Amino acid sequence: MTEGHSEPETEPNTTTDTETMTDDADDELKTHTAGFESPPTGETIIEAEDVNVWYDDDRALEDISMAVPEHNVTAIIGPSGCGKSTFLRCINRMNDLIDDARVDGTLRLAGKDVYDADVDPVALRRRVGMVFQKPNPFPKSIYDNVTYGLEMQGIDGDYDAIVEDALREAALWDEVSDQLHESGLELSGGQQQRLCIARAIAPDPEVLLMDEPASALDPVATSQIEDLIADLAEEYTVVIVTHNMQQAARISDKTAVFLTGGKLVEFDDTQKIFENPEHQRVEDYITGKFG
Amino acid sequence: MSSITADLTTQTTKSPRERLARWFFFACAAISIVVTIGIVVVLVLGALKFFRSTGVALGMAPGDTVTLSSYLFEGQWTPGSEPQQFGLLAPLSATVMLMLGSAIIALPLGLAAAIYLSEYASDRMRSVLKPALEILAGVPTVVYGFFALVYITPLLDQLVPLGVGTFNMVSACIVVGIMIIPMVTSISEDAMNAVPDSLRQAGYGLGATKFDVSTSIVVPSAISGIASSYILALSRAIGETMAVAIAAGSQSTVMNPLNPVAYFSPNSPITAQMIQLATGDISAQGAAYHAMFALGLTLFVITLAMNIVSELISSRYREVYR
Repeated sequence: MTEGHSEPETEPNTTTDTETMTDDADDELKTHTAGFESPPTGETIIEAEDVNVWYDDDRALEDISMAVPEHNVTAIIGPSGCGKSTFLRCINRMNDLIDDARVDGTLRLAGKDVYDADVDPVALRRRVGMVFQKPNPFPKSIYDNVTYGLEMQGIDGDYDAIVEDALREAALWDEVSDQLHESGLELSGGQQQRLCIARAIAPDPEVLLMDEPASALDPVATSQIEDLIADLAEEYTVVIVTHNMQQAARISDKTAVFLTGGKLVEFDDTQKIFENPEHQRVEDYITGKFG
Repeated sequence: MSSITADLTTQTTKSPRERLARWFFFACAAISIVVTIGIVVVLVLGALKFFRSTGVALGMAPGDTVTLSSYLFEGQWTPGSEPQQFGLLAPLSATVMLMLGSAIIALPLGLAAAIYLSEYASDRMRSVLKPALEILAGVPTVVYGFFALVYITPLLDQLVPLGVGTFNMVSACIVVGIMIIPMVTSISEDAMNAVPDSLRQAGYGLGATKFDVSTSIVVPSAISGIASSYILALSRAIGETMAVAIAAGSQSTVMNPLNPVAYFSPNSPITAQMIQLATGDISAQGAAYHAMFALGLTLFVITLAMNIVSELISSRYREVYR
């Protein structure tokens, strides 16, 4: 096996062998978790089996089955109204907050069905962080934004250090280190979104769900977020919904294509999806024939 | 052709009817301003005759006037008996008691009800509770006064070991507190509804419970609206007359508003003293008559100041959401 990025023969962007990409990710993870016992890389962390969602009588998702591997970036793409955000919100049960939403099927996080009667959605959301479409910092200081999840979850520790780590991981520390006690609303849109990412990772979740996190941002801020997502996958499992196919191609390891009617049409390695999809409809969508 | 030209140049916007309508509507709108100015002028003129430094110049006998310092800093209020004394501190202390006492009832209850309506209640529950609150707001204040006198005071009399008198400040504070709950609730709820849902989602996404989201996100985000609801409700409380006059009697004594025991005694705030003066047997030229104007002006200044503070808070601290 090769030793990650430094090996010249491993060039994931130029090879057509999708296995190479996965191997590369595996090795990268191993280097980052050296001395720390973690489950074998690439192991499934989120597993959906026949997940259906109804809003009243409208079926938003139809029999979704897919397995999201750990410490990867999994992108969910598809046209508007295809249910991609709905699926994301099934994973941390944010759909519970909508009165007339109903979910059935099995959705396992690390082997446990999150819709089991004994699962507390609040406890679930403590393991699964979320970043939203529009930056939504609290009208509190930058510091208090980052510590909010820690306080809610009763996490003790050196908050100053956690805040610094989270802001560094979110590539925001250098820009805000001297204004931690000023309002998060004073930041630019891109900075606000990175603050929201820092806030989501501060409590150290297993999974980070991102719902079109760059759609409200300018191109520069978008590319900062994209760079960040690649780094985050070293430590977290990232599931990102995006309407931007190039973005999915750039940043994800796996891609799921949802098409109208809430159906998962194809789920495979990103490279395969973009270069040689199995389904004609996926190819049509990716080449811009519709959507 | 010529008939078309004639049609096109008809000056309907300058017709007498349009002009008249414009002036009529303006006059209606202007009434409120004119009346406000008129009231302030009357209050100020009456009050000027009350004070010695200005009253004598306006033709008052020095004996029928009071010095500003004795009005502001003395504590005997005996307009109806000799020697007549006009120390504002007595009715003012009752007004402060009324404000504090009703605040203790209304602020927590009103805010809690607003949190329930905005964060917890189902649409069905809200459709029952909101009209009920509006009815509460619509009950005539004199009815609240009777309610205090006939139900609350006897109840307190049984609960409190030493008993309370027929007239006391506690029952007045309780009914006025109940009276202003709808105001606190409806303004606070509006402020909470204006908090963007994305902030709640962010909270839930971080593993916050409904209680956490309500108290640590929604309430702080709506704090400017909540603060103005408090101030507006309290300015309503100190302007309240009828219920207090019925429940708390007509005595006027300086009391320490921070002393809980004081609340079991009768006392009458500025508003109730004005009723006493207005309905009492007093000469239209005497100091007692003009004291009414001085009290009215005092009350007006207090409530105006509170309204200005409320405006300042809501404009200064309003969070701007994108």
